[in-house]
Amino acid sequence: MSASRHRWHFNAVVGYSLVGAIALIAAVAVFWTPYDPLHLSVRNKLQAPSLAHWLGTDELGRDVASRAMAGAATSCWVALLTVLFAVTSGTVIGLLAGFIRGWTDRIVMAFNDTLLAFPGILLALAIMVIIGANQYGIIIALGLAYAPMVVRVVRGSVLSIREKEYIEASVMIGNSPVVTMLRHVLPNCVAPIAVLATSMFGWVILSESALSFLGLGVPPPAPTWGNMLSGSRSHIQSAVWLGLVPGVCISLTLLGVNLLGDHLRDRLDPRIH
Amino acid sequence: MIRYIIRRLLMTLPTLFLVGVSVFALIRLIPGDPAQLMLGDSVDPGELVEVRRQMGLDQPIHIQFFEWASKVLQGDLGVSLSDGQAVLPLLVERFQVSGVVVLIAVMAALMIAVPAGLFAAHKQNRAADISIVALSTVLLSIPSFWLGLILLLTFGLALGWLPVVGYVPLSTSFLIGMSFLVLPIATLAVIEAGVLTRMMRASAIEVQRLEYVTHARAKGASEWRVLTRHILPNAFAPTLTLVGLILGNLLGGIAVLETVFTLPGLGRLLVDAIFARDYPVVQGCLLFTALIYVLVNLLVDLCYPLLDPRVTAE
Repeated sequence: MSASRHRWHFNAVVGYSLVGAIALIAAVAVFWTPYDPLHLSVRNKLQAPSLAHWLGTDELGRDVASRAMAGAATSCWVALLTVLFAVTSGTVIGLLAGFIRGWTDRIVMAFNDTLLAFPGILLALAIMVIIGANQYGIIIALGLAYAPMVVRVVRGSVLSIREKEYIEASVMIGNSPVVTMLRHVLPNCVAPIAVLATSMFGWVILSESALSFLGLGVPPPAPTWGNMLSGSRSHIQSAVWLGLVPGVCISLTLLGVNLLGDHLRDRLDPRIH
Repeated sequence: MIRYIIRRLLMTLPTLFLVGVSVFALIRLIPGDPAQLMLGDSVDPGELVEVRRQMGLDQPIHIQFFEWASKVLQGDLGVSLSDGQAVLPLLVERFQVSGVVVLIAVMAALMIAVPAGLFAAHKQNRAADISIVALSTVLLSIPSFWLGLILLLTFGLALGWLPVVGYVPLSTSFLIGMSFLVLPIATLAVIEAGVLTRMMRASAIEVQRLEYVTHARAKGASEWRVLTRHILPNAFAPTLTLVGLILGNLLGGIAVLETVFTLPGLGRLLVDAIFARDYPVVQGCLLFTALIYVLVNLLVDLCYPLLDPRVTAE
């Protein structure tokens, strides 16, 4: 077993470092980037990486490093808000369904399972049709698309937790259902929610970049990795770095999140093993 | 067994009903007049009134739904606003492209993932296992559209082995048609192999700890027989469920890859229709994809008892 523990440890270190580095870059980009990511300079267009422009410039002469940094900020911000939205709404609904049970539970879960029967990205596309493509539209669309998963996980945990003796004890000493739910049931759901939220962060980064790549996500000129990649397509032959930079950024972020998710699952969710 | 099949078939009915309601509601949730949306921009008021009447917008909402649903059940999904083509044949035509890509890719991914996952589980925590897990984790972190772009750049532009833009239907010329599909299929297969290998490995590890496996070994069965006869069938069931989910997700998510490779598939049709505000096509695509997704998962569940007869016992 020592080999296995050692390996998970190594994975966790890589995961934490990658996610930490991306988060740091995103946070820095909010206040400072080497150049203005939106500044056009047609004279400097499509320059290869150099000392002045570490990762070169794009077809409109914008600094790619600055845009990748600003893209990290946008993507992480969108993903964070989306996960927050999905987790909050999903937890409230799952908690209520699991705690009230009866017909409320049955109706909520029937509806929830139908939403789960749609592929997430399709659900998000359908919602984008209604609310239109913009930064907040994508948060609502992806949040609604991923919330049903949270509902399912939270409700499952609540159903098993509410049978525990300490819940009975809490009810018996006269705590109201709301207090019991918030003080005793909810804290015990945190582990599975944390595991799910971590994976979800990765899925949202991927879905957001896919939607932005299609032109249905965060609209240009605001840089995201997805729309940078989309813009690079027409110049991919003459300016390879344009396609490489955003792709590497997305892949490293996803790798970090996946490793972190594996680590959290091993630590917090013993049922898997 | 029969009861299991009937129960599973009945379970799809409420799902399909709610899918229908959602797609019907979609067009009514978009701000604006549905008839106006269905007709596009430039229409004269007379035609608008006529279409409103045809769509039954002057009727109560539940009657509107039943009229719409009965049309859909007869295969009438309306006509495209951009070229007046009937929606259903359009969907079927485009689905052939996406369906071929997704199906071959997932089969190829399984052919890589099943042996790789079993092998990794067999060598658990040894160098071979660690490399397989590391590689599959990296693969599942690469966005398909980026890998597609890289493969296109390498094999299409740099090496010139495969065509870069365009599409020829397989029915016209199988070989030329396939040359356009090789890269998208390879992209999807490689990435999905990552997910499936991890799943296959995890369930094989769980299964190989069970007593019946020890028993099979104790009675002197060869390691090959233990792996293929005893571990594989039980470990494959969760992977099969994942295959169902992946097939559906790919159909929904393939739009990105079809954009990279300029393939006229279902995903691309949906995205183009969204941009063009061609709502009958949008509705049709959503309905069609959801239907395929439900059917694929139904099929997977019906295959389940073949692997694990306990499923039908209750």
